[in-house]
Amino acid sequence: MPDYALELSNLSRHFYLKNGAFKEPTLLKAVDGISLRIRPGETLGLVGESGCGKSTLAKMILGLLEPTDGDVLVNDKVRGASSRLAMARQLQPIFQDPYSSLNPRKTIEKIIRLPLQLHKVGDSNSQRKAVKEISDLVGLPERLLKQYPGQLSGGQRQRVAIARALILRPSILVCDEPTSALDVSVQAQILNLLMDLKKELNLTYLFISHNLGVVEHLVDRVAVMYRGKLVEQGTREEIFHHAKHPYTQALLSSVLTPDPALGVPEVLDSSSWDKAS
Amino acid sequence: MSNLTLTANSSITSLPAVPEWRRIMNRFLGHRGLMIGSVILAVIILAALFAPWLAPHDPYVQNVSQRMIPPIWHDKGTWNHILGTDKLGRDYLSRLLYGARISLTIGISAAVISGLIGTTLGVLAGYFGGRVDAVISYIITTRLALPVVLVALAMASLVGGSLQTVIVLLGLLLWDRFAVVARSTTQQLRDAEFIASAKVLGASTPYILIRELLPNILSALIVVMTLEMAHAILLEAALSFLGIGVQPPSPSWGLMVAEGKSYMFFQPWVIAIPGVALMVLVLAINLVGDGLRDMNAPEGRS
Repeated sequence: MPDYALELSNLSRHFYLKNGAFKEPTLLKAVDGISLRIRPGETLGLVGESGCGKSTLAKMILGLLEPTDGDVLVNDKVRGASSRLAMARQLQPIFQDPYSSLNPRKTIEKIIRLPLQLHKVGDSNSQRKAVKEISDLVGLPERLLKQYPGQLSGGQRQRVAIARALILRPSILVCDEPTSALDVSVQAQILNLLMDLKKELNLTYLFISHNLGVVEHLVDRVAVMYRGKLVEQGTREEIFHHAKHPYTQALLSSVLTPDPALGVPEVLDSSSWDKAS
Repeated sequence: MSNLTLTANSSITSLPAVPEWRRIMNRFLGHRGLMIGSVILAVIILAALFAPWLAPHDPYVQNVSQRMIPPIWHDKGTWNHILGTDKLGRDYLSRLLYGARISLTIGISAAVISGLIGTTLGVLAGYFGGRVDAVISYIITTRLALPVVLVALAMASLVGGSLQTVIVLLGLLLWDRFAVVARSTTQQLRDAEFIASAKVLGASTPYILIRELLPNILSALIVVMTLEMAHAILLEAALSFLGIGVQPPSPSWGLMVAEGKSYMFFQPWVIAIPGVALMVLVLAINLVGDGLRDMNAPEGRS
């Protein structure tokens, strides 16, 4: 058992934004020196507003983007040191948009089976059996396997994406806003499914979201990101009830509540936490 | 209350799924232009394939005593030569049937060659972007700056005209539209999450390009292919008419027009028949292309 399922050490990614031919490019520190540790079996929620670098961070963890500096360690091994195939067996993503994460020209069965084919696991019979098993596990009716993604609903598509991510039995899932493209009622189903799967398969989750309600519902620990930096991290209890950093407090107070007496959250003034960070 | 629970519990069963081929068939039958175009095209393809059995005479045999017999709808027409004979007494219908083979061969081969070149360049430029895109875009721009007919004329007169020359020349000249279309469709798809997902799974770049990306841009490329086929057929006719395309005695339609041009005022059918054949073939291919484009259009598709 590794000490940490996922460890980020001083991870950074900088972009240069061009300002035309004669001007100096501006430096954008999308992710700026982030260190994080997730223990096996733990669920870490990563929250922050749009554009704070959450998705850039996810891309680096998945190996879709090279870090400018720092390392990603998966099960105590540096990401770049092992092959893509070896990494794929340990860590899989669930993307935000189930409408673009499935190839529209392939049947559901082919989509879920692709990881087994790429990794040359078993013969075609055992692969087909594995597809049926995993579809069963994620609550996907067998009749849908012969259909194309265009014929499925958003919730069904996200179940397909989860099945594809789990068929290689990875230990870590990186969920990048897995429910934000779905209906509210379907969101709950998918979140419950993710929680059930976690118990059943003993998974580790990195759960990226801007929706604090979702995060509070399922994570053990929370990390708060602002402008590429980690401003605060702690247990769910600490962050949601005893937040120290002014940005975290502002983020918490901006959650829309069903209580009409509270009204719409105020527009926040960022000067207080800009100084603090 | 009991009613409410009933509706909530009864699972919403989806309608029996209409099979994919059935939907495609319905759309195909519902599109008049596509129907007409594919029927004409099918007839011409069959005529070309079965030319040796359909042709009443050998297209190459000359018979000077039988020269310039008019087609059947003229007073002097005979059933022996339904579309008449040319100035060397060769049967016009037979030459027309064999000519369809040349037009189709050139159209298909040139479109396939240019399709391979253009798609490869376009997909690479669109997928990798950056410097690769800059170089390939420069090549595309250079190609677009060349006048096709002029370059084809110059090269064909340099190398010497023949069926193979025309195919290779047109294949090397007509890839620009494939490249442009492949590049832009690839750019739209390269950031799609299913591509990212294949990358994370450890798929190789060739696998991603060929198995994940290509099927999604193929429908657009097929439309381009029909247009380029028609383009190639017309260019072949033009080159043959100018005498540097397919060489006599091959029965190319463009060549038939060229050989008949001195008779056009007194026996207009000599150029009208191959001319109409060319027009009908190109029209049919364009109708099919337009129809395929409409069938791939997003509206009316679930």
